[in-house]
Amino acid sequence: MTENCDVKKGCDAWFYSDIIKDHFFHPRNILTSKEDIDKFKADGVGQVGSPACGDVMKMWIKVKDNKIIACKWQTFGCASAIASTSILSEMVVGMNLDKAMGIKPKDIAEKLGGLPANKFHCSILGDKALRAAIEDYKSKNN
Amino acid sequence: MKEIIYLDHSATTYVDPVVKKEMSPFFSDFFGNPGSLHLYGHQAKCAVDNSRKKVADIINATSNEIIFTGSGTESVNLAIIGLADSYPKKKHIISTNIEHHAVLHTLDYLKLKGYDITLVPVKKNGIVDPKDIEKEIRDDTLLITVMYANNEIGTIQPIKEIGEIAKKHEIFFHSDACQAGLLDLDVKDLNVDLLTLNGSKIYGPKGIGMLYRKKGVNLMPIIFGGSQEQGLRAGTENTPGIIGFAKALDLVQKNKDKEYKRLLELREKLVNNIMELIPNTLLNGDREKRLPGNANFTFLNVEGESLLLHLNEQGLCVSSGSACTSRSLLPSHVITALGYPPEAVHGSIRITLGKRNNEEHIDKIIKVLPSIVENLRKISPLNLTMDDFEKLKNEVKND
Repeated sequence: MTENCDVKKGCDAWFYSDIIKDHFFHPRNILTSKEDIDKFKADGVGQVGSPACGDVMKMWIKVKDNKIIACKWQTFGCASAIASTSILSEMVVGMNLDKAMGIKPKDIAEKLGGLPANKFHCSILGDKALRAAIEDYKSKNN
Repeated sequence: MKEIIYLDHSATTYVDPVVKKEMSPFFSDFFGNPGSLHLYGHQAKCAVDNSRKKVADIINATSNEIIFTGSGTESVNLAIIGLADSYPKKKHIISTNIEHHAVLHTLDYLKLKGYDITLVPVKKNGIVDPKDIEKEIRDDTLLITVMYANNEIGTIQPIKEIGEIAKKHEIFFHSDACQAGLLDLDVKDLNVDLLTLNGSKIYGPKGIGMLYRKKGVNLMPIIFGGSQEQGLRAGTENTPGIIGFAKALDLVQKNKDKEYKRLLELREKLVNNIMELIPNTLLNGDREKRLPGNANFTFLNVEGESLLLHLNEQGLCVSSGSACTSRSLLPSHVITALGYPPEAVHGSIRITLGKRNNEEHIDKIIKVLPSIVENLRKISPLNLTMDDFEKLKNEVKND
């Protein structure tokens, strides 16, 4: 519940933060076509989620000297799913792989300025997609 | 300032200014309790009685067959629970799998009380086959309850035919007609024993509902207290609400043929353009037998909440059957009932047109929607086509 709302402006029904809205309406680091994907030449790819539960995320990473140097993504899902993948793709650039493997949903939610409680579980799959991409990279480079 | 266009009239309607004007003397001037024996009471009683008669005339009933309640939901609860409590020997109720939660959750409650509930599935077009209902009738069937028009996909159910079946088998028949303000509401024609209506979907006030109860059908109250509404709905009458509801019903039914035609033309323009401009799009529910102002689309590979928020940003207010937009986080049971695979149940959006909508509004949707869908599809990892959808749909059927 929100209190002391300005009726004319309305309370945001989903209580999304300004950061979520910004990333939702202006997603960063997206790959929007097959050509984009080919051109990116990812070192690792991971996909998690299922259309049945309403969220699917796919992440592509480029790795150099054990660090993520670029991260791109696609998401099918609600606003918090899209925003959380978008912000994650910014968070991980320059991060070493071990640290990136340890990212938790809580870390992403904090960066987003908080998530509505009922959106927490269903929308943060980003960390899993990232881990899947890193595992994919490792399996190809071992 | 950016124009905000309201396209969610199945959620609720604004109060028509004529209705508001009709209601206004009953807040501070004729504010008496209709149960009081002085002039103030008589004035209020007179107004309530006039409205009751007005409503009765419109639906071809008599005044003592009209019970005013606090909402459509309350009317449904009174119809179903009130009837069950009056005829405790029969413990079976038949309904459909696309009813409003007001009906479904009331039936869930009766299930806990030991009732057997049969929810007949609708066909792929979102319409129930009366024969499927007849097949489920048993010796202990008390009630059939089927909505007149669906709130999400607008499909119009064969109420008359179901009513005939109920009559033939001597089973009570209730219909939730909250979405059906623009349809024929003659209770004799419709063969109903009980019919629910409310104010908030017909340009009347919120907080007022009506239950038609055919003479001879017994109900037990579900709210206890004073003897208002023939002892079936305790609580001081909501005089302004009753006045407003009667006026709203009068207006909507008087103009229904003209408005039906107008909305239908707008809806057809919208649907034809959207289906042509946006590939891999489904119109959910029967193409013809649906409310004239209802369009419900699924855009494959796009999630409904995202779509809704983008439309809202462009000043277009619609609703979605997406799990993410519901408090329960479950996808719409109505879209699921159409036999869609899970991949396709998350992307529905509902556009419901009303009195203030015009062709410019339709043009705005047609202009804005295709690029929003295109952009969301670009960032979606899913690539379902209509062929995939049909294949997946067949798998659902075989489950």
